[in-house]
Amino acid sequence: MITYSFLQHYWWFLISLLGGILAFLLFIQGGQTLLFSLSKTEDEKRLLVNALGRKWEFTFTTLVTFGGAFFASFPLFYSTSFGGAYWVWMAILFCFIIQAVSYEFQTKPGNTYGAKTYRSFLFVNGLLGTFLIGVAIATFFTGSDFIVNKGNITSQLAPVISSWGNEWHGLDALFTVRNLTLGIAVFFLSRSLAVLFFVNRLNHTVLEARSRKYLWYNAIPFVVFFLVFVIWTLFSDGFAVNPVTGVVSMEKYKYFTNFIEMPIVLVLFLLGVVAVLAGVIGTWISPKFKIGIWFAGVGTIVTVCSLLMTAGYNNTAYYPATPNLQSSLTIFNSSSSFFTLNAMSIVSLFIPVVLVYIFIAWRSMEKNRIDIDDVNNDEHAY
Amino acid sequence: MNLLDASLLAWSRAQFAMTAMYHWLFVPLTLGLGLIMCIMESLYVKTGNEAWKKATQFWMTLFGVNFAIGVATGIILEFEFGTNWSNYSWFVGDIFGAPLAIEAILAFFMEATFISVMFFGWKKVSKGFHLTSTWLTVLGATISALWILVANAWMQFPVGMDFNPDTVRNEMIDFWSILLSPVAINKFFHTVISSWVLGSLFVIGVSAWYILKKREVDFALKSMKVGAIVGLVATLLTAYTGDGSAYNVSQRQPMKLAAMEGLYNGKTNMGLVVFGILNSEKKSYKDSINPYIFKIEIPSMLSLLANRDINSFVPGIKDILNGGYKTLDGTVTMSFDEKHTRGKAAIQSLADYQKAVAAKDTTAAKNQKASLKQNYAQFGYGYIDKAEKMIPNLPTVFYSFHIMVMLGFYFILLFGLVLYFSSKKLIEKANWLLWISLLSIPLGYVASQLGWVVAEVGRQPWAIQDVLPLNAAISNISSYSVIITFFLFLTLFSALLIAEIRIMLKQIKKGPSES
Repeated sequence: MITYSFLQHYWWFLISLLGGILAFLLFIQGGQTLLFSLSKTEDEKRLLVNALGRKWEFTFTTLVTFGGAFFASFPLFYSTSFGGAYWVWMAILFCFIIQAVSYEFQTKPGNTYGAKTYRSFLFVNGLLGTFLIGVAIATFFTGSDFIVNKGNITSQLAPVISSWGNEWHGLDALFTVRNLTLGIAVFFLSRSLAVLFFVNRLNHTVLEARSRKYLWYNAIPFVVFFLVFVIWTLFSDGFAVNPVTGVVSMEKYKYFTNFIEMPIVLVLFLLGVVAVLAGVIGTWISPKFKIGIWFAGVGTIVTVCSLLMTAGYNNTAYYPATPNLQSSLTIFNSSSSFFTLNAMSIVSLFIPVVLVYIFIAWRSMEKNRIDIDDVNNDEHAY
Repeated sequence: MNLLDASLLAWSRAQFAMTAMYHWLFVPLTLGLGLIMCIMESLYVKTGNEAWKKATQFWMTLFGVNFAIGVATGIILEFEFGTNWSNYSWFVGDIFGAPLAIEAILAFFMEATFISVMFFGWKKVSKGFHLTSTWLTVLGATISALWILVANAWMQFPVGMDFNPDTVRNEMIDFWSILLSPVAINKFFHTVISSWVLGSLFVIGVSAWYILKKREVDFALKSMKVGAIVGLVATLLTAYTGDGSAYNVSQRQPMKLAAMEGLYNGKTNMGLVVFGILNSEKKSYKDSINPYIFKIEIPSMLSLLANRDINSFVPGIKDILNGGYKTLDGTVTMSFDEKHTRGKAAIQSLADYQKAVAAKDTTAAKNQKASLKQNYAQFGYGYIDKAEKMIPNLPTVFYSFHIMVMLGFYFILLFGLVLYFSSKKLIEKANWLLWISLLSIPLGYVASQLGWVVAEVGRQPWAIQDVLPLNAAISNISSYSVIITFFLFLTLFSALLIAEIRIMLKQIKKGPSES
């Protein structure tokens, strides 16, 4: 029997999974931040751009799907967060707008602003996009200043139900240090994944060796900032929901408790972390080890997915409102109706079909590792 | 909470309109050029003629440049529903969010996956796989259009929903009635097929330039023929679906139809204004000033097109606001004042229902719920204080509609001539027709944009017809924030448009042989 609660949990799982996949695919953005440092010659730069340029649309599409899925399954989050944290979301969107043209335009004659400008756009997208998404996700654990009052709809002069509590409209998330630590962690994670991707996909001895070296510079800060965020979160107060009354209150070590009370999620989280570390350490230790991206990629998906599950499951408010605790959003008070979640769940059965055709298309295109000759011989190369 | 800033609504509308119009500069060319590209590659695979491959690759290069900026301008639209229309997003998100999510899952991933094979797979996959990828890329773009148009159609003609006073929102109760609503189906075909017209105009225009320059003549003649065939068929189908669109408007959005035709006073055997100049002296629907300075009319034609009955009554703005006329099903319409009263009553019932629930007064809650249900059809009118606010900007809608229709008929003539001259092998010598073809490219964009102006300006003041006006759909942010983002988007999109046009021109100048 499919219950409303089951569907709400199912859709939070899909949102968490999408969040995990998005975090993995941010390796594109990480790679973009390395364009000016990892490559020393124009050929090397073009190789990096073309390796990333055949995949960038997946990250972009996953971000759009993340937004669309949130709109369909938890519309109160969509309306409250996007309409309230206006500036942080606008900043993220600007970063992705400039990315979307930069691959296609950069080497085309007549592009007006020159290849360097478009590569700078890619750099900005990589730097700010990853950092701001990390900061935005951190607010799931630290809270945001908003108020939801559905009674406002009956006010004929100002019938808006969600309002932000301050004039910063989302930029206030930058004033919370814990948010910044996750933003920085996501930035370094994306760069670590990018160098693992280059090691795996590039047929270029110099770039591969340099990528392995760069792994040190990025994986270590990633691990440090990630651990700081996770430990800080696990030992901070969390936003608990009374399952009977729906009242939200602060609870000591809430996220740590969630892990203990949901051992499967804990095991997944730990396995994910181990897989990321295995990918990174394996690539350091053995020059022949080139599949670190698969370990670290799957590990990233699982880790982020389980982390987001602790934010929404086990009677936890996933989008906490501070200081107006009772405005906090939970998977119960912010979801779509049973009918819509059910209809969308049927649509979600197509996801495996999507994954199968992505696999078939990638396999046909990625039989060999990419080298500079591939780029030079391709009429459509960037 | 504070009163919403009066200019916030205007700037929010301006931003959405501007970003949507920018996005729509690129989408129709993606859909139209995509189809032509698919046809050409299919001809290549079928005949093995390398000339078709060269033609496909040339148009594909232009497709790629256009597609990239279409993606760039498109991402903002999905998120703008939340950032600028947050109340709307909650009030109808249970219904509206689903098409957007389905669009992403079913369409965007298809595009993202196969576009990579299409661009980079010429030497890596078989001919058949490549052709399939090209078709799937364009199919993905078309499916994407389907879902966003379903969502838009639902805003024009909300169906398959029920208002839930406990959650204070509309909830979906019938998915299929939303997907298969006559407005949605017609809108999808009209919009997509009219995009093929624009793609065809682009192809014949660019091809005409090559012939005028006596360059790439064989390629240009081939492209011109395909463009003219697709264009002629698409224009005729657009006219057919356009008639369907207007019929839907007349049945469901009579105020929009009245604005399209500049009608203030309704009558039976209403004529269709083929050409008209509005009288700027007319300031109010209440005055007796003639709305036209000049008009050419086909007698009784509007009655026929709007109601499929030459003798039927077509209401004007005055009739719609004053009410009292009979619709086709015999219902006597309400006046604006009555609808406003009922809307206010519905809003009050909702407020009282919330109070009753909070006080655990089940009897009062039940009564208020029943009262709300009784008046919910007019809920949105409760937020509109004056009858005048029900009238969309008449000159904008009137002229947009008439120019769009005139251009549509012009395109039929143009494609017919190009096809005739091409098939008789006379096109190379018909410089006048080549110049007209070249200069007609911008007209395709004008017609396409005006179509959306009619659809969207014509339904003002509604975000969702009769349910939610724009002033109740908005986000609570400062107008300064929206002004800043408006100019940021305007600057960024304009800068990208300049680059896009210059790249396109350079690629065209290079030609298929050098590309």
